[in-house]
Amino acid sequence: MTHLPANDQPRPIYLDYQATTPCDPRVVETMLPYFTEKFGNPHSRNHMYGWEAEEAVEKARAQIGALIGASDKEIIFTSGATESNNLAIKGVAQFYKEKKNHIITVTTEHKCVLDACRHLELEGFEVTYLPVRKDGLVDLDQLAAAIRETTVLVSVMGVNNEIGVIQPLAEIGALCRSKGVFFHTDCAQAVGKIPLDVEAMKIDLMSISGHKIYGPKGVGALYVRRKPRVRLVAQINGGGQERGMRSGTLPTPLCVGLGEACRLAQAEMADETQRLLALRERFHQRVTAGLPEVYLNGHAEKRIPGNLNLSFAFVEGEGLMMAVKELAVSSGSACTSASLEPSYVLRALGVDVEMAHTSLRIGIGRFTTEAELDFAADLLIERVTKLRSFSPLWEMAQEGIDIKSIQWAEH
Amino acid sequence: MSYSDKVIDHFEHPRNVGSLNKEDAHVGTGLVGAPACGDVMRLQIQVSPDGIIEDAKFKTFGCGSAIASSSLVTEWVKGKTLDEAATIKNTEIAEHLALPPVKIHCSVLAEDAIKAAIADYKAKHSPSKDGQAAE
Repeated sequence: MTHLPANDQPRPIYLDYQATTPCDPRVVETMLPYFTEKFGNPHSRNHMYGWEAEEAVEKARAQIGALIGASDKEIIFTSGATESNNLAIKGVAQFYKEKKNHIITVTTEHKCVLDACRHLELEGFEVTYLPVRKDGLVDLDQLAAAIRETTVLVSVMGVNNEIGVIQPLAEIGALCRSKGVFFHTDCAQAVGKIPLDVEAMKIDLMSISGHKIYGPKGVGALYVRRKPRVRLVAQINGGGQERGMRSGTLPTPLCVGLGEACRLAQAEMADETQRLLALRERFHQRVTAGLPEVYLNGHAEKRIPGNLNLSFAFVEGEGLMMAVKELAVSSGSACTSASLEPSYVLRALGVDVEMAHTSLRIGIGRFTTEAELDFAADLLIERVTKLRSFSPLWEMAQEGIDIKSIQWAEH
Repeated sequence: MSYSDKVIDHFEHPRNVGSLNKEDAHVGTGLVGAPACGDVMRLQIQVSPDGIIEDAKFKTFGCGSAIASSSLVTEWVKGKTLDEAATIKNTEIAEHLALPPVKIHCSVLAEDAIKAAIADYKAKHSPSKDGQAAE
């Protein structure tokens, strides 16, 4: 079995920035002292080691807050967006359960949001899973219609991890505020990619991830609004750190890294957005100029600059990934998941199962170059053309046979 | 997903990709799988008057293991009689390619493709419609 290329092989070009990002070297630089000489416990109040660690953690907290228009006092450190989502959804639901028992979320949310909601259903809560439109966006009228007297929380992600579409957060926030419902948003893929402002967007809780924004893995944050106050039940009990909402000693170097990653994102977002948009358009045009029957999944404009999700009709996604092993990408094909079901996100958009099997997610980011993308586009054109020459479905399509008209024996 | 060297070899250098004339009386065509399941195999055999498979071609929509399984069976069926070809088992294909458990269905599909191609050929050469006998 071959897991890794031999040492003399070049590493594949990384085009999977929605899965994770490399830590920015500037982030690593700011973290390093907190592993060694400044190793103190930020909760130690009685000596300099604790004070300097606490100062660093508080500075990071302010940097995170600044990126989303929040006060440092509203930022809770966690282990990542999965924990933040669990804390926000379960914590709020459990705190207000005597008064309200209904939660609204969306079918294209990340698994950790959906699974937290499933867990609450077992505890007796009611959950509405809203569908999305063909472009991947939430229908605001449907959302408004789903809100009940008993609705405590609406949870809608800022940016989808597979298709990169941006939900109308300000409109959802305004709707929730007018109905007296808390609004939580999983912004793991949105922070640092699009401008966010918890005041303007009337967001009550926001989940943040470190490793999606060139920060370290193993750290994230949850924004919890103070005015009007949002209360939640802690999911981890202990020494009462993070205002009692999340016990446990803070990992100073990781917190510092997340803070610096946020500071860099804020300083560079405008330029980075322009650069990535230009790169993505160049790549997309090059691919579609060289190949027929390539379809974009998700809204064409309302998406982050670093994401493309393309279906290469008549070529199965896992086979395609194997054929472009010079690229590190991911696919919505069934064969890449343990479940053998194709992407539930693409299915929720109404993408045909057979087209979902042919999708690739191409994620570009801070360290992607034009030369890499030109190479990737040309390689995709060559390999898709080759695989189509092996594909009985492509041959049928060329002969004008409608593949849907055939009685397939589904296995 | 990790692949064996044999899967990679068949995937990168597939044997016998292509089409035979499905209207030809000497050609049997098997089309199995479904696009919605992520794999479709078409295996074609050309049979000599004395009942030997003298040529085989495939086209497959699917993952690397599906393409490799169909490439492999085109090599295996060539030179065999129809009866011999019909004895090829998915377990032999899976073992030869060292397919992991989640890819066993690719080898099952390849076996089905052989049987379907043989059945199609036999149906063309039988006055009665006993082509289903091979199923």
